[in-house]
Amino acid sequence: MSRLLRDKEVSAILGLRMSHGHPIPYVFVDPEALKDWTVDEINRYPLTKVLIKIAKKHPDLVIGIPVRGCEERSLTELFKNHQLKPDKVKVFGIVCSQELANRCRCEKPYPSSVEEGEKAKPVEDFSDVKKIESLPEEERFRYWMDQFGKCIKCYGCRNVCPACFCPTCTLEDRSLIKPGGMPPEIPIFHLHKAYHMADRCIDCGLCEEACPMGIPVRRLYRKVRKTVKDLFGYVPGEAMDQKGPLEFLGDGSYEVPGAGKIRVSDSGTGPGFE
Amino acid sequence: MMLSYETVLTTCTYCGCGCGFLLEVLDGEVVGTLPQKDHPVNEGGLCIKGWNAHEFIHDQSRLKRPLMKKDGALKEVSWDEALNEVSSRLRKIKDEYGPDSIGGLASAKCTNEENYLFQKWIRAVVGTNNVDHCARL
Repeated sequence: MSRLLRDKEVSAILGLRMSHGHPIPYVFVDPEALKDWTVDEINRYPLTKVLIKIAKKHPDLVIGIPVRGCEERSLTELFKNHQLKPDKVKVFGIVCSQELANRCRCEKPYPSSVEEGEKAKPVEDFSDVKKIESLPEEERFRYWMDQFGKCIKCYGCRNVCPACFCPTCTLEDRSLIKPGGMPPEIPIFHLHKAYHMADRCIDCGLCEEACPMGIPVRRLYRKVRKTVKDLFGYVPGEAMDQKGPLEFLGDGSYEVPGAGKIRVSDSGTGPGFE
Repeated sequence: MMLSYETVLTTCTYCGCGCGFLLEVLDGEVVGTLPQKDHPVNEGGLCIKGWNAHEFIHDQSRLKRPLMKKDGALKEVSWDEALNEVSSRLRKIKDEYGPDSIGGLASAKCTNEENYLFQKWIRAVVGTNNVDHCARL
């Protein structure tokens, strides 16, 4: 990495550095600074999302970033949705420990190419979704209403999501979600997010980790992901050359929504690259 | 322009919970907040106030210097002038109506030590037990 910086192959590398005993995100510009470089074996920060923010301000720089399996899937979605340019991002594949893979119940705890380290075994555990599916409808509904009722509307699940980037967020649309209402209108608030992420959720689980109320939101998104896979044979984050089923009009067998108008946002995220 | 991005570990100032978060500093400007994943209090979560804690830092309407109302309009004054005004008026009220006519409300935006100092000041200097904290309001 130090060589890449010295040879100017990349202008900077976004990673983690040790600060006061905590690994926290940092952009390394000076090769000397890499002495503080660290990898967190337990905690994941939404680095690809941080990268969007940096790339928007510095669109011409090539920035390096270490990527795990989930972060690679996130990048795939961000490239496809024009939030980052593939030629401006230099990735270094890193592996997750088996411990982390188990904890995340990760189906692919490594990226497509790995610089070093041993790949952890994929974990295929959908027992959480199956358990809910097996409940009678009424009980299932009550379960989710109880869970959603805990929501304190912190927007953390959206803020941390490495596949969420819209300049105007439907969860802040006054006509859909009443501003100031607490708790948010359930289940509309959560189902909106689930629907919007249906063909983008890369199943990293950061949303659930960020939820201060312990709502199992990932369980919901996993179910939606599964539905999209079963219906359209599409898995978000997997291939660069596949479009999400919600991004184009199909063969007419699904209802086509009316013409929409894009509102200019005042939020900091801004519109994507063209 | 040279790129600089760092995150700064700090504690949320909004309430007494003391959640840990990271302020994202891009090219010298605070642009975002991330919950600290390994903080024992919030363990990677934040409430909506914490998630937006960076917003007031560069806000145009943020109060940066003492203002005093003169002839019906707020005017910028020195710290000495502002503090002298406050202390002389408080002293006048205390002399005229007694120390229990004064009360103090401390803030969660201050540190534990500052709050300790504040209640000490209210009790020992002003001479009243009328002291409370915004987290109890």
